[in-house]
Amino acid sequence: MTAEVITPRRAGSYPIRIGIPFAVVMLLLAIGPLVGLPKFLQSLVVEILTFSLLALSLNVLLGYTGLVSLGHAAFFGVGGYALGIIASRFTPDIAITLPAAIAATVLLAIPVGWLSIRLSGFYFLMITFAFAQMVFVAAFRWKRLTGGSDGLIIPAPTLFGVPVLQGSQQFYFFTLAVFAICCVAMFAVVHSQFGRTLVGIRENTARMRAIGYNVRRYKLAAFLIGAAFSGVAGVLNALFNLFIAPESAHWTQSALVLVMVLIGGAGFFVGPIVGTAIVIALQYWLSSYTEYWGLVLGLLFIVLISGAREGVTGLLVQIYRRSHRATP
Amino acid sequence: MLEFLTVQSLNGLVYSMVLFLLALGLSLTFGLLRVVNLAHGAFFLMGAYFGTTVWGLTHSFWAAVVIAPLGAALMGGLLEKLWLQRFYVRDELDQVILTFGFALVFSDLMKVLWGKDIRGFPTPSAFSGAVEIANISFPSYRLLLILVGVALFVITWLAIERTRIGALIRASVADRVMVSGLGFDIRLLFTIVFAFGTGIAGLAGVLGAPIMGIYPGLDFEVLITTLIVVVVGGLGSIAGAFWASLLIGMAETFGKALVPEVASFIIFALMAGVLLIRAWGRDEEEVE
Amino acid sequence: MTAIRVDDLSKSYGHFSALASVNLTVEPGERRAVIGPNGAGKSTLFNIIAGQRLPTSGDIYVYGTKTTGLRPDAMWTHGLSRTFQRNQLFKNLTVWENVELACAARYRGWAGFAARRSNVSALERDIVDVLEQVKLAHISSAQVTNLAYGAQRQLEVALALAGKPKILLLDEPTAGMSPAETEAMLSMLSRLPRDITMLIVEHDMDVVFSIADAITVLNLGEVLADGSRDEIRANEDVGAVYMGRQRREA
Repeated sequence: MTAEVITPRRAGSYPIRIGIPFAVVMLLLAIGPLVGLPKFLQSLVVEILTFSLLALSLNVLLGYTGLVSLGHAAFFGVGGYALGIIASRFTPDIAITLPAAIAATVLLAIPVGWLSIRLSGFYFLMITFAFAQMVFVAAFRWKRLTGGSDGLIIPAPTLFGVPVLQGSQQFYFFTLAVFAICCVAMFAVVHSQFGRTLVGIRENTARMRAIGYNVRRYKLAAFLIGAAFSGVAGVLNALFNLFIAPESAHWTQSALVLVMVLIGGAGFFVGPIVGTAIVIALQYWLSSYTEYWGLVLGLLFIVLISGAREGVTGLLVQIYRRSHRATP
Repeated sequence: MLEFLTVQSLNGLVYSMVLFLLALGLSLTFGLLRVVNLAHGAFFLMGAYFGTTVWGLTHSFWAAVVIAPLGAALMGGLLEKLWLQRFYVRDELDQVILTFGFALVFSDLMKVLWGKDIRGFPTPSAFSGAVEIANISFPSYRLLLILVGVALFVITWLAIERTRIGALIRASVADRVMVSGLGFDIRLLFTIVFAFGTGIAGLAGVLGAPIMGIYPGLDFEVLITTLIVVVVGGLGSIAGAFWASLLIGMAETFGKALVPEVASFIIFALMAGVLLIRAWGRDEEEVE
Repeated sequence: MTAIRVDDLSKSYGHFSALASVNLTVEPGERRAVIGPNGAGKSTLFNIIAGQRLPTSGDIYVYGTKTTGLRPDAMWTHGLSRTFQRNQLFKNLTVWENVELACAARYRGWAGFAARRSNVSALERDIVDVLEQVKLAHISSAQVTNLAYGAQRQLEVALALAGKPKILLLDEPTAGMSPAETEAMLSMLSRLPRDITMLIVEHDMDVVFSIADAITVLNLGEVLADGSRDEIRANEDVGAVYMGRQRREA
């Protein structure tokens, strides 16, 4: 009898199906600057990697736990501001600023998450929105700390007193390394038993409670993980620009990340990366029409919901499957 | 001091009533259709712009007030009929994104059609004067707005509670299957209610235009405040929308006058607080 | 010690009183059914015991410990598992993955993390055991949406059994089933270990008389009768309120 039980394919196949392509892409990106990848493409890659990280961190909530946050950029902004404030007031040493900025993000995420996860659906969206706008107003109005609407100029980083991450090339490799580490870490999280529990909560919260899971604790954990990686993205963004302004925490930024995830496909781990690449490339190509950027995004939304609910990644997977079925 | 209080209270009331007109449509739409229409702010701005165009053509305030809301209602009805109707079976996130997409598209189209300058048109001559209230002269047009807001509250409330179509709406909020069982075309009812909601938003826009000034981006500003009002008042409740409009309208007016630095912070904190109080100590999700 | 003691429990929604001073005890190993006509308060009582709803007043004790107001996951830690009247399954996952989620709940937390690292095979054994108990082992890789209704209903019970409960709460386990499916469900339930205490809310009298040893009859939110299966069968009040009508309908 036991022999008849078919166990589902275990996670063992992931390293091959996803790990190898991932390693190849990372390697290609790593040798890019060495074989003459133009400067503007390098900074485009940095931007895509930074925002991919932000989108991936949101997808821990959205795609895996089923919590739609419209305030995710708050942690992106707080990560950047924490880094900027520490760097300009105490020390620009990244051995201190990096961990301190991420700790500050998580510290804020604890009360915000603890309160927000009591709500679900549209109300969760509205309360995360409210908290994020409170962060935005604080960044905008608390001029002595944040520089208000003028933003905050961040001194160049050092490591143990030595200037680091000076050239754009150095920063390119730094971003690539941080992205790779965070990507692997998040992948490990969502493909663990913990990640499967999150999926269970997304699928059926009441049942998860009934089979003994403390749902709120898991939701809070997912919230904190998402916030922490969002803080990392915020830190990268602040170090890249050596400047931070309140707009990075504004709700339109949160909405934009949401777009990235949904366009790429929230149901896939790589979806947010695909979506970010598409949105940023679009932004780049349409840069002379930025006035009507909203029109492009709006049309994307309408097409997405009307025709491609699973995002671009979903479409690609469907095409791949169909072509494979056609050629047996 | 007393003068300050009176003036701010009256201004707060005016603002509250504009908010109520917006919240009324959004709340009603949600109560019946279960759709949070994020394009609602766009219909406000659309109404205002329609108003400027009609005023430009006719120089009649009253023509603008009649035609602009009808235009917004027509656009709303078309949107519901041609697009949204197919998406009621989807989950709420899909509808939120879809209507947000339309909000962005409408916003930019209006920018193309009406430009980026601040626009407006004068108050009608019959209401260009001022009225003495407690030794303060207050523009009579603003008083008119207060009256319109209260009147619409009473009328809609009575319509929902006392008329046949109101009964239908109440019944379909409670049980959609039953209403379609009565032989009434529920899809038509949905279109009517959606058009009514967007029409009222358009009315708010055209009535607000002479005192607010209209410009691109105003649609999202009013959308956010309206969402806060509707969430605080309870989605789907008309009386809730009315009292929440007063609360938020007054809080914002007095906040901006007394503590301009943190006024918007207070509004968001207020919404978060109300949401949490309502969620606290509630039974777990109801499933059978 | 009693397994479940319901003490003077009341629940009202506004002016409507769904339960009025209900008392109920379930002994360890007992299989007790709660029956009553529609609106008698069965579901409300069931959901309050399971932690799904809060009572207006009164208390619940599980093995002597007061559990009033605890949420479902906390009730689970007291050894109590439930099924739902309307299936609450992970529809997009396979049967195996459904049961895995339910079994893995016992291997969770930081302590469980270490245990899980070394005990994947123990978890798998648990899953296989549960699947065999409910006779779903042969379709373990099927996605739930593709299952027949009867099989989904059995999976519903499987998810409750996976928690290795001392007390099993069954909310109309045969609701909506065909006679053949009902038969299969009953034989599966009757073969469960005798030491699992059961509290069953059920409509179908044949089902009740075939698995319950003791029966509580609710009517209009109050306990009308309480006794062994045979006592209830003979009780005239019960016949008048409930079974008489049941027979006429049949």
